[in-house]
Amino acid sequence: MKAKIHVTLKNGVLDPQGKAVGHALRALGFDQFGEVRQGKYIEIDINDMTENAARHYAEAMCDKLLANTVIEDFDVEIEP
Amino acid sequence: MKSAIIVFPGSNRDRDMIMALKTAVGRAPFQVWHGDTELPEVDLIVIPGGFSYGDYLRVGSMAAHSPIIREVRTHAEKGVHVLGICNGFQILTEADMLPGVLMRNSNLKFICKDVHLKVEQNKNPFLNKYDLFQVVRVPIAHRDGNYFADETTLDELEDGGRIALRYCGSDGDVNPAHNPNGSRRNIAGIFNKRGNILGMMPHPEDAVEGYFGGLGGKPLFEGLSSALGK
Amino acid sequence: MTAIKATLVAEHGITDDEYKTIIEILGREPNLTELGVFSVMWSEHCSYKSSKKWLKTLPTEAPWVICGPGENAGVVDIGDGQAVVFKMESHNHPSYIDPYQGAATGVGGILRDVFTMGARPISNLNALRFGNPNHPKTQHLVSGVVEGIGGYGNCVGVPTVGGECNFHSSYDGNVLVNAMTVGLAQTDKIFYSVAKGVGNSVVYVGSKTGRDGIHGATMASSEFNSDSEGKRPTVQVGDPFTEKLLIEACLELMATNTIIAIQDMGAAGLTSSSFEMASKGGLGVELNLDNVPARETGMTPYEFLLSESQERMLMILRTGQEKVAQKIFNKWELDFSVIGCLTDTGRMVIREKGEVVVDLPIDPLAQASPEYDRPWVKTKIQPVITPDEVPQPKSLIQTLKDLMGSPDLCSKRWIWEQYDYLVMGDTLQRPGGDAAVVRIQNTKKAIAITTDCTPRYCLADPVEGGKQAVAEAWRNLTAVGAQPLAITDNLNFGNPERPEIMGQFVGAIEGIREACTVLNFPVVSGNVSLYNETNGVAILPTPTIGGVGLLADHTKSVGIGFTSEGETIYLLGESKGHLGQSLYLREVEDREEGMPPQVDLVAERVIGDLVRAQIQKDVISACHDISDGGLLIACAEMALASMIGIVFADLDNSTPAHAYLFGEEQGRYLVTCKDPGSFLLSLKEVEVPVKIIGQTGGNTIDIAGESISLLELKEVHESWFPNLMSK
Repeated sequence: MKAKIHVTLKNGVLDPQGKAVGHALRALGFDQFGEVRQGKYIEIDINDMTENAARHYAEAMCDKLLANTVIEDFDVEIEP
Repeated sequence: MKSAIIVFPGSNRDRDMIMALKTAVGRAPFQVWHGDTELPEVDLIVIPGGFSYGDYLRVGSMAAHSPIIREVRTHAEKGVHVLGICNGFQILTEADMLPGVLMRNSNLKFICKDVHLKVEQNKNPFLNKYDLFQVVRVPIAHRDGNYFADETTLDELEDGGRIALRYCGSDGDVNPAHNPNGSRRNIAGIFNKRGNILGMMPHPEDAVEGYFGGLGGKPLFEGLSSALGK
Repeated sequence: MTAIKATLVAEHGITDDEYKTIIEILGREPNLTELGVFSVMWSEHCSYKSSKKWLKTLPTEAPWVICGPGENAGVVDIGDGQAVVFKMESHNHPSYIDPYQGAATGVGGILRDVFTMGARPISNLNALRFGNPNHPKTQHLVSGVVEGIGGYGNCVGVPTVGGECNFHSSYDGNVLVNAMTVGLAQTDKIFYSVAKGVGNSVVYVGSKTGRDGIHGATMASSEFNSDSEGKRPTVQVGDPFTEKLLIEACLELMATNTIIAIQDMGAAGLTSSSFEMASKGGLGVELNLDNVPARETGMTPYEFLLSESQERMLMILRTGQEKVAQKIFNKWELDFSVIGCLTDTGRMVIREKGEVVVDLPIDPLAQASPEYDRPWVKTKIQPVITPDEVPQPKSLIQTLKDLMGSPDLCSKRWIWEQYDYLVMGDTLQRPGGDAAVVRIQNTKKAIAITTDCTPRYCLADPVEGGKQAVAEAWRNLTAVGAQPLAITDNLNFGNPERPEIMGQFVGAIEGIREACTVLNFPVVSGNVSLYNETNGVAILPTPTIGGVGLLADHTKSVGIGFTSEGETIYLLGESKGHLGQSLYLREVEDREEGMPPQVDLVAERVIGDLVRAQIQKDVISACHDISDGGLLIACAEMALASMIGIVFADLDNSTPAHAYLFGEEQGRYLVTCKDPGSFLLSLKEVEVPVKIIGQTGGNTIDIAGESISLLELKEVHESWFPNLMSK
C-alpha cells in the first residue's frame, strides 16, 4: 500500500518560497488568488499491514524525520 | 585541547575546520565518520558545515538522526562542549539539541559574503576571548540560515543570555538592514540552556589566517583552547 | 535485426557518406542500438569532426606540460611533485532548455573530468554569455544558470572563485555556459584512460543508470529551432551529493594501487567511455548490460548505452583488486558493479540476457572517425575608426557613470555572492579582481586562474579576437603576480557548415595559436561547441580561454584595490585612443563597428614580464590590467575595490579625452607602488611606455574639472544587476 504524505508549513510561519511563487503568478497575470503556501509531497510504498497500522506507521515517520514539527504540519493519506 | 570533528557524507567544511584547529589550537581534531558509534574522549566536538546527505528533505534532518549524533548528545549531556557551524547548527536544531530551526534565506538564495557580528555573551568558553559587544567580521556561506523560533522561545533565549551572536553593521548597529537572511532578531548563533553547545551560521574557521577573510574567527578557537585545554 | 530506414539514419544525425562507411566496416547494416552508438560517437560533440583539423595546429607543449589535449583534462607541473589538472567545458544547449539542471550538470561534468585524473578539485570558474538584458527570457536564464552553478558547486564543496558574464542579443536563443575546474594532484599519481591488460575487469561506479539525457550529445551538435524548447526530456538531472561522495570514493581508491584506467561517463555515457578506453589501449572489451545498475525497469540496450545519467564512472581495475575497490564504494554508499572485461579481440561486444546486442570492431571504427575539411571564408577586415569620427561626450563623469552601470561593466556581485567562493579555506583573492588566487595547502605556492574572451572583437576580426582572448588571460594572471603556465580553450561558434562561421573558427584558432606560441602559454585541454545558432542566427564567435598561472610565494601577490592614499598611479603601455569595437562606442553611440584593437604580442610580453617581476619583488602595491571600457573604467574599478579615490593629473591634448580614457588598446596595466624608486629604476632597463595618471586619495574621482563621489559611483556600479533581476 502507498502512504501519500503532504508536509506543509504551519500557519503563521513565514513562507518565502510561497511568497515568491505568488509574486511570479501575479507577474504572469494570475490575480484571482490569495496566499500561496509551498509544501512537500512524499510517496512511500509501505509493506502489507492494515490501513490503520500503515497510517500510524507513516505518522511515526513524519514525527521522526519527514516533518520538522517546529514549523511544519503533515497530513497522511493511505491508498490501499 | 582534544577535539573531534564529525564527518557526514556531504560535509564539506571539515577540511577548513581541521586547518583552523591546527592553526589556532595547534592540534588537529580526531575525525569521526558518521557511521561510527563511539566518540573518543575529547573536550570539544565540532559538527562542521556542508550539505550532509545533500541537505535533501530538510537541511540537517537526516544527519540529525544518525547514530553518531546520539553519541554526541550523550557526551553533551555529560558536559562536553559542542560547536555546530552552519550545517552543524542546522543539524543541532533538527536533533533538538538547540531550539528553533534554520529556514531558507529570506531572499531564497545562497549567500556568500562577509558579515559583521556582535558578540552578545562572552562569559563562556566559546567567546571568552572577545569583548562583550565586540563587532567581528566573519564570512557566511549558506542558503538556509534564516533562524526561526516562536516568540516565547526567542524571549527565553534573550532572558537566559543564550543569544551568542547577532548580525549587525560595522558600527555594531543591530537592525534589519544588516540582517542577511531574515533571521528572527538578527540571530546568528545561540547556546543551549547549559551553555556548552553553540550553534552558529557564520564560518569562524574561514577567518583564522590574515591573508583572507581577516582574523575575526581566530579568538573563538583560542578561547576554546584556553578554556578547555588541559 | 531491424532494417534501418534512411529517415532513421538521418534522425541520428548520420550523413549518407558516414552511413556507407559504417556498412563498409561492419560488412552489414548496423542494428538500431549500434546506430545509436554511432550517432553519439560520430556526433560533432564527441568526434570533433569539423574542428579536429584545426585543433591539431595549436601549440600543446612546454617543459611544464605533463599531459596535453586528448585526455579528460590537461596536466601541468607546478613543482614539488605537484600538478594542476584543468579543463573548461560548455553546457550551452542543456542550459538553454533547463537553465538550472543544464548549468548544474555542466559543473558536475567538468568536476568529473578533473577528479578522474586523480586530482582533488580545488576551484571552479564559469564564463557565461546571455542575450539582451531586455529579452523576455534573459532574467529567467540568468537566474536559473547562476542558481544551478551555485547549487551544484556549493554542495560538492568546491569553491567557485571567478569567471565572467556578458550580455549580447546574439545569445538570445543560445546562452553560453562554460564551466572550468582546476584540481590538484601528485605528479606520480595521475590517472589516464588507456585500458591495459587483457582479462582486467571493467567496473561501473557511481549512480544508477536511468533514461536521462538520451541523445544529449547529438542535441549539442545540431542547431536549435523553435521546437527545441519542447525537447526537455533530454536534459539530465544533477545530484551534487552523489558527486561529492564519488569524489571522495575515487580519491580514496586512487590512493591504493588498484586502478589501471578510469574515465568519466560524460556526454555519451557508457558507449563512448568504454569504446575510448579500449581504443586507446588497442584492446577489445566485453560488457554485460545485465550487470549495469539500473534506476528504471525495462530499459533497452539502446537506452543503457546512450543514457547520460550523471555521476557515473568507468574503471579498469587490476585483476583480483575488485574487493578493495568495492569496500571503498560500499563505505560511500555508491553503486559498484563489474560489468565486463578487456579482451584481445579488438571488438566491442555488448550482451544483454545472453544475446549479443552490439558487436563492433574498435580500431577500424576509430580510424574511420569522420574528419572534415569544411569550406571557409576569411572574415572581412573592418575599417579603423579614428577618434574624430566619434563624438565627444558632454561630461566625462556622466559617461563614466553610464558605463560603470552598463550590463558588461557593472558589478557581478549578484552572481558571485551566490557561489561559495570560500569553502576549502584557500581562496586568497575573491571574485571581482583580475584573477582568482587559490593557495596550495601546506606550501607557499598559489595558483591564479582566469577566464577571458571578448566576443565582439572576435566577430570583427577572429584572428585578433583569438589572440586577444589568450593575451588577456595571460595579462590577468600577470596582474596578480603569477607566472602564466597554460590554457584550456572552450570554442563556442555557430554552424560550421556555413563557410563564414567556419572562417571565424579558423581565424580564432590562428590567433590563439599565435598568442600561445609567442607567450609560451600552451593549450592543454579544451572543448568545442558548434551549432550555437537559432533560426539561422549565430552567436558571436566566443573562444573562451581559461588560463592558469603559478605564484611561487602567495604573499607576493597584489589585488586591484589601492592600498594607501597619496600613491602615484602609473599607466604602462601605449594609448592611442582606439575606439573601434569599444564598449564606449557600443554603449554610448550604439555602434558595434570598426576594427578591434590589435595585440602586439612582443610588447605584451615585455610589459607583462616587467610587471610580474616588480610584483614578485614587492615593489608594486596594486595592479589592474586595462580591458573592457578602457583606462578610466580600470581606474574606477581600482578605486571602488578599495574605496580610495583618485585625483587625475591634467589630461594632455595629444589624444581626444574620450578616446584616451575609453579607448581599448591592449597590453596595458595600471600600477601603484610601495617603492616608486625601484619601480622607476626597473623601467630604465626595458622599453616600456609609462605615464603618470594621477594620485590616489580622497573619496572622489576628480578628472578634468569634474568629480564624482565613490559612494555614488558604487551605487551605480552595484545596482544594475540586482535591478535586472528584481524586474
